[in-house]
Amino acid sequence: MTVSDAIAQTEGLPRANGELVFAEPWEARAFGVAVALCGERGLDWEEFRGRLIAEIDGWERANGVESDGWSYYERWLAALERLVVERGLVGSEEIERRAAAIAHHDAHDHDHDHDHDHH
Amino acid sequence: MTETDIVARTASAYASLRARAIESLLIEKGLLSEGAVDAVVSAYENDIGPMGGARVVARAWVDPAFRERLLENATAAARELGVGGFVAEHVLAVENTDDVHNLVVCTLCSCYPWGLLGLPPSWYKSPEYRARAVREPRSVLQEFGVELPDGVEIRVWDSSSDVRYLVLPQRPTGTEGLSEDELVALVTRESMIGTGLAKVPS
Repeated sequence: MTVSDAIAQTEGLPRANGELVFAEPWEARAFGVAVALCGERGLDWEEFRGRLIAEIDGWERANGVESDGWSYYERWLAALERLVVERGLVGSEEIERRAAAIAHHDAHDHDHDHDHDHH
Repeated sequence: MTETDIVARTASAYASLRARAIESLLIEKGLLSEGAVDAVVSAYENDIGPMGGARVVARAWVDPAFRERLLENATAAARELGVGGFVAEHVLAVENTDDVHNLVVCTLCSCYPWGLLGLPPSWYKSPEYRARAVREPRSVLQEFGVELPDGVEIRVWDSSSDVRYLVLPQRPTGTEGLSEDELVALVTRESMIGTGLAKVPS
């Protein structure tokens, strides 16, 4: 079995309620943040959906509909980022700094793994 | 190369960092609670899925009055069975017959009756399906293994924020003696999108 066969099987892996809906943990978080944000902050879902449509359209214009590299949740995340920045909830520089800090933290954590057991 | 560049080697790793950054900032600012995000994710991973829609379809097969109500107002009819919720507020049920086969797509993004069917499968969101379902539905159906007689009209429904669709597939022949629960098991997710037919009992 090749890797792509295995991925294809995972894709259709049956569950009581359907399939594995998120390929990566961050996809689930990005999904949950957008839905919860609209619920808790009273944002109209259309505000998110409009940006999602724009992100998907932009990607398809740049890449075509049959090219590799398509990721639905990357477009979803880009739409979420635009929503929070354009609505003034979070600044784009804040996101840059926080992402860098998390990356730094991850790398630091990784170094520690060589010295200590983490519980 | 900065530390960020090293860690964010792939697009997915990069996206993961940004998703975590956005979530942690929103929570810190008190704009979002972590529990709310967890609750949404857990609901869609564990509780909300095509089983809800399958129960609605099976009920419509056995109960003609329910079928009428479903075709009249699918959102209200589904709610009778406790099925529905977010982004299933305006659902239109479209019925397959000997003469008409219905196929659902969202050409612009990924609109889908989440409350009835859970989140859409990845092919539903793909650029290729979204482009081709409208242009060449018969070929698309063939690729899904659905061969329709030439005389059958294919109706393609483009979902939007205003209306989302549920296909009411035809009840398979030879299922007269089955219970409602047994019928539920024959209703596939694909049959409710129109890229498949209900299963024939083995």
